[in-house]
Amino acid sequence: VVFPDIMFFIAAIGAITGAVGVVAVRNPFYSVLMLIVHLISLAALFMILQAQFVAAAQVVVYAGAVMVLYLFVVAYVGGGEQLASGVLLRFLGPLFALGLAVVLCMAMLGTALKGITTQGAHIGSHFGTPARIGTLLLTKYLFPFEVASIILMVAAVGAVVLARRRRGLEAVSGERLEFRVSTAPPALTGTMAEAAGVRVPRPQDMEPEVEVIGRRREGGW
Amino acid sequence: VTIGWYLAVSAIVFCIGAGGVLTRRNPLVVLLCLELMLNGANLALVAFARLWGGEDGQVFALIVMVIAACEVTVGLGMIVAIYRRHLPIDVDELNELQG
Repeated sequence: VVFPDIMFFIAAIGAITGAVGVVAVRNPFYSVLMLIVHLISLAALFMILQAQFVAAAQVVVYAGAVMVLYLFVVAYVGGGEQLASGVLLRFLGPLFALGLAVVLCMAMLGTALKGITTQGAHIGSHFGTPARIGTLLLTKYLFPFEVASIILMVAAVGAVVLARRRRGLEAVSGERLEFRVSTAPPALTGTMAEAAGVRVPRPQDMEPEVEVIGRRREGGW
Repeated sequence: VTIGWYLAVSAIVFCIGAGGVLTRRNPLVVLLCLELMLNGANLALVAFARLWGGEDGQVFALIVMVIAACEVTVGLGMIVAIYRRHLPIDVDELNELQG
């Protein structure tokens, strides 16, 4: 047993534990944290497989940026009650996953791919470096690269349009009034404590203050 | 450790993700489980790149990561929109588009 083997088993156990945690933990906030554990373990596996650039991108982009986005949305929306799903899916879901695992194992054990029992092809010391990946992205895979960048831009614009604040209230005369409604938020809302599942009783008898701050003509949004 | 081990880990992660997508009801967690499935596929891609001795599989893995980021962005935007409209954040109750 050599060093990469030990690293493999540590990282593999971390990845699988993280994956189980994402599914099993009730609070979405902790699910996101478990996914970060999973992603970092997976980055370690990528390192062992000589994919340095992919591993770095995984940690910086995925475990860094995307997961922070998740944490913001979980903190904004709040955990919410996680009720048990219907009886059918509750038992069929794990059964389906188990069946899928069996099928994949059969495919792997019965494969004619001889390289699967080796450590992989002989590779130079420059395998998986940013220079190599960058060359491939800008020559052989230029078209998928450009398409990916366009899809990213479309997704960013789409997310802004989807999540934007809808302004104004419809008035009877076709004229729109703008209101500013201010209520005192319940204690601990919008904080990490709320996202982590600290439940506080919501004050029921809070009168919202409404003030008309202006009138706008209909037209445009 | 042979390549087969990596493929086994990727298969297990993929299956856990698939089971999570089917059993959980919070759309946030469903998105997280989709991430798990994509990451399982990514591990298989990188393992096959190592097996083959070319970086093509690693480029595919990067593209998959980009697509996953897009999917997350749009999905989280939809969840925020659902929350703003005071609809239940539950994939079983959001069935208005059902025929």
